[in-house]
Amino acid sequence: MIDLPWDFTAIPRFFPGFYAAALLTLQITFFGILVGLILGLVTGLMRLSKNPILNMPAKAYIWVIRGTPLLLQLMIIYYGLIDLVSIDRMPAAILGLGVHNGAYIAEIFRGAIQSVERGQREAALSLGMTETQAMRRIILPQAFKRSVPPLGNQFIIALKDSSLASAIAVRELLLRARQMGSSTLMMLEMLMIVGVYYLLMTTVLNLLMGRIEKLLEVSDYKD
Amino acid sequence: MIKIRGLNKWFGDLHVLKDIDMDVSPKEVVVVIGASGSGKSTLLRCLNFLEFAQKGHIYIDGVEANAKSRNLHTVRADVGMVFQHFNLFPHRTVMGNVIEGLTQVKKTPYKEAVEHGEDLLRKVGLSDKAYVYPAMLSGGQKQRVAIARALAMKPKIMLFDEPTSALDPELVGEVLQVMKNLAIEGMTMMVVSHEMGFAREVGDRVVYMDEGRIIEEGPPSEIYSNPKNERTKAFLGQIL
Ligand SMILES: Nc1ncnc2c1ncn2[C@@H]1O[C@H](COP(=O)(O)OP(=O)(O)OP(=O)(O)O)[C@@H](O)[C@H]1O
Ligand SMILES: [Mg+2]
Repeated sequence: MIDLPWDFTAIPRFFPGFYAAALLTLQITFFGILVGLILGLVTGLMRLSKNPILNMPAKAYIWVIRGTPLLLQLMIIYYGLIDLVSIDRMPAAILGLGVHNGAYIAEIFRGAIQSVERGQREAALSLGMTETQAMRRIILPQAFKRSVPPLGNQFIIALKDSSLASAIAVRELLLRARQMGSSTLMMLEMLMIVGVYYLLMTTVLNLLMGRIEKLLEVSDYKD
Repeated sequence: MIKIRGLNKWFGDLHVLKDIDMDVSPKEVVVVIGASGSGKSTLLRCLNFLEFAQKGHIYIDGVEANAKSRNLHTVRADVGMVFQHFNLFPHRTVMGNVIEGLTQVKKTPYKEAVEHGEDLLRKVGLSDKAYVYPAMLSGGQKQRVAIARALAMKPKIMLFDEPTSALDPELVGEVLQVMKNLAIEGMTMMVVSHEMGFAREVGDRVVYMDEGRIIEEGPPSEIYSNPKNERTKAFLGQIL
């Protein structure tokens, strides 16, 4: 028998010690996604507007955010802006993740809105609805439904990306693993624990999104 | 009811409507025919302001309307439109489709709107389908719902753009029957359709369009049996 340098029995033993960190990961992800959804909807709609005062800023936002790393964005918010406004690390992480995901979610919404047939808008207008009513009552409900699968995908990415908050000293799962790893000298074991946490959380999120898709299909109506 | 004067419409360089003059009187049923690409749909869409003509004037019930009109949506509410591909709202039930305009545009209270919706569905023979989704309907049923939806707004005129050309042949009759009933009730209608039986039965006038112009018009009996213009003759020869 080879004597492995690892003690995998440490995994179940230390597993509960990561609850608090997992909770932080979930918080960053949840609020980050929330911010991202709001930003994404607003900028997605702005991006579709014909008015350059609205669509130019949206385009610039999407361009810059999608073209630079999230890690850099987090550092800019937390370390870079510290002279201007001092933001706590948690809000900084949530803001960073939210702003980052907003750009991707904007593109998801834009694609979904554009995928709704032109005739839907025309039918709504022909009834005397305003553009705003047509968007709110007819186009957006159909677009939201179509954006569920790509949004689920984005949420999973966001959950995993929340690990980058460790770089701005948020004691979420990854940072916790590194700290525990140094103090117990069981780095691999600790990293594997957070691996299991992430896998559990992404699996649950996947199941949840699948459920939502199913629920929407029940009232399905596809022509 | 509708007065069109010197209407011209371009898509980029493509001159799609050329100096269209036309009047539709109250209760009149005008049938528009013409080859593919002659501008029939565009003419209808201009009348409902889904497209905007670059030149000319459109008067709906004596009031001029154009791209700059402030309350274009209220003008549109007075002009009902039925599309070739139905364009029902897939996320609303049949009843939801029919009352959407009532509750959202006319702000009719829900209960009253539903009562009105029931009347309309009875009229198009779909009372039993009120609470199903459009996906469950046949093409003919969908189109009848679309007609009821447009009628709910009590429009002054109804525009139909090839309402039966996307339908299986056996479903055409039920839609035409609803349209005939409407015509008999005195609805003002403008119908793009090559259904000659319909035109002969309830049409007051047939308008033949060719390359963006109105080339010939007259009572159905005359146009179909005795067209004066060579191009009308050639076109009718093709579709008959
Ligand atoms: N949105 C648009 N952009 C550019 N060109 C268009 C547009 N809509 C229509 N056209 C063009 O305008 C011309 C007239 O089109 P229109 O749809 O009015 O013809 P139609 O008589 O209804 O033909 P059909 O019988 O095929 O429905 C066609 O050449 C068409 O390609
Ligand atoms: Mg057409």
